[in-house]
Amino acid sequence: MSARTATEDPAWVRWALVGLALAFVAALVLVPAAAVLWEAVRGGAELWWRAVADPDARAAIRLTLLVAAVAVPLNTAFGVAAAWSLTRFRFRGKSLLVSLVDLPFGVSPVISGMVTVLLFGAQGWLGPWLDAHGLKVVFAVPGIVLATVFVTFPFVARELIPFMESQGVEEEEAALVLGASGWQILTRVTLPNVKWSLLYGVILCNARAMGEFGAVSVVSGHVRGVTNTIPLHVEVLYNEYAFRASFAVASLLFLVALVTLVAKKALEWKQRSARATARRSHA
Amino acid sequence: MSIQITGLSKSFDANPVLRDVNLEIPEGELVALLGPSGCGKTTLLRILAGLESPDAGEVRHAGEDVGARSARERNVGLVFQHYALFRHMTVAENVGFALRVRKRPRAEVTARVDELLALVQLDGLRERYPHQLSGGQRQRVALARALATAPRILLLDEPFGALDARVRQELRRWLRRLHDELHVTSVFVTHDQEEAFEVSDRVVLMNAGRVEQVGTPAQVFEEPASPFVMRFLGAVNVFQGRVDGNRTWVNDLEFAAPGTSGGAGAVRKSAHVYVRPHELEVHRAAVPGSFEARVVRLVPLGAAVRVELSAPGFGKAVEVELDVRKGEALGLQPGEAVHLSPRRARVFAAPDGEADSLTASAL
Repeated sequence: MSARTATEDPAWVRWALVGLALAFVAALVLVPAAAVLWEAVRGGAELWWRAVADPDARAAIRLTLLVAAVAVPLNTAFGVAAAWSLTRFRFRGKSLLVSLVDLPFGVSPVISGMVTVLLFGAQGWLGPWLDAHGLKVVFAVPGIVLATVFVTFPFVARELIPFMESQGVEEEEAALVLGASGWQILTRVTLPNVKWSLLYGVILCNARAMGEFGAVSVVSGHVRGVTNTIPLHVEVLYNEYAFRASFAVASLLFLVALVTLVAKKALEWKQRSARATARRSHA
Repeated sequence: MSIQITGLSKSFDANPVLRDVNLEIPEGELVALLGPSGCGKTTLLRILAGLESPDAGEVRHAGEDVGARSARERNVGLVFQHYALFRHMTVAENVGFALRVRKRPRAEVTARVDELLALVQLDGLRERYPHQLSGGQRQRVALARALATAPRILLLDEPFGALDARVRQELRRWLRRLHDELHVTSVFVTHDQEEAFEVSDRVVLMNAGRVEQVGTPAQVFEEPASPFVMRFLGAVNVFQGRVDGNRTWVNDLEFAAPGTSGGAGAVRKSAHVYVRPHELEVHRAAVPGSFEARVVRLVPLGAAVRVELSAPGFGKAVEVELDVRKGEALGLQPGEAVHLSPRRARVFAAPDGEADSLTASAL
């Protein structure tokens, strides 16, 4: 180590702060995570498998995958469209729209679920119309998808907006003058330039879509094997004192988190090098 | 292809950027749009490219109104100030982009890319990415890319702005040679007088959204049409004068009356007399039509020497530029008294409401 500089704190301060941070992470993240895994596998592989392969659990897994399969592509398309219009056009009310994109981050997911019920429930504004057409939204799969879409809307847009802003519009203008159509500009210039940011947003969006509890809990109605997602199924098992099974199913969500974390780290690294490249080509 | 611009106006959020611009660019010419930043030159270029639409006025290419044609359909080559190369594409992919989006056969694209890379002398860098290139190389890739579809009009936005001085010199000459080979009608934007004079056939001087003067570099320098042009193109001494009939007097020095270019032919009482530093003669003794000045400082400028003087008769500083040999022959020393006589002067009517506050001798 070199000699102490003016901006450097003494060693004991540094170690104390690092130690405090590590202790915090250990208490709040590592220990609970280890506990989940330990509880999940304590009864042996067979018990774990039985809990996960249970028909209700399998239905919950299928539903979660279905919800993510609808919500993530939808929000990817919304996110790209929102980021494109917010960074490429000048219009009135732009800053308002930017704040609105963030709204789902600001409100409790429970409220998001309540809004869905308010709009689409039997007593809701659109309820009678939906009923007349034989459509069921609340306490059914469409309601769960809608609530999830709302809650996970900001992830992709939030990731893309600052990145596209920093990149500017010159490359797109160049493509336009060179004769590219709007679609060609999107697929050959814009998307390749933002691909790592986009993927990062998609991964975060997916993690949240699979793990969302509050909003989904309000609209699902908790019908076993029908409208329970993985998080709801975990809660049901837990409330029935089926701790072992509950932890076993919970460990699936934990795996999603792990995969997300690794993918996120890898993408952050990719993005950094892409940004460094961009900076160098503008130097 | 020739370009005709008539009555072009454009505002951004109620700020006028272009005011009634009229301009004719003949086929095959290389024209510089020259002016200070904010004068509207880049906006004019973007309107020519179709990236902005004018609020009023018309743009014609070879007589045909292109107002309804989008940037995509104009087939104009455009080189951006910061090149705007596609960062995730190689040099060859960048250059071939315009042909690929037109769905040309692969063999044709490859052949054309080879031809263009040879033209800009970058044959060896086909597979490089933009961030692996120097500024000058990027500039040439941008140019090759803009030329891919053989556009009949080439537009360049501050093409040398982001390069260091030596590379800029080289690229200027190279661009001029390239233009002499291709003869494509070209318009480039610059705020650098030297660059405009060195590269272009004609210079369009712009100020505050208007065209001040159009002419060859020699014309605009020797016969500036307005005080703005006079001041923008190099240093100048400005003297406050009184108009009396058809003469203008600065103390007891006599000059012609101002032309009508400064104000719409109205009779005015005051005028400004502009004298370039190299158009002042230095004498040891008084001669007819000279005034007295005291040497303050000598600044060697290589081939020339700048003499800064104070002229007590006018209460102001005066600048003279001499070539080195003449300077040596005179052997001037700071503090010495000399006599100056203008070899040539340009007189413009003072703008309305201008007091004698104008004391800056040089821009």
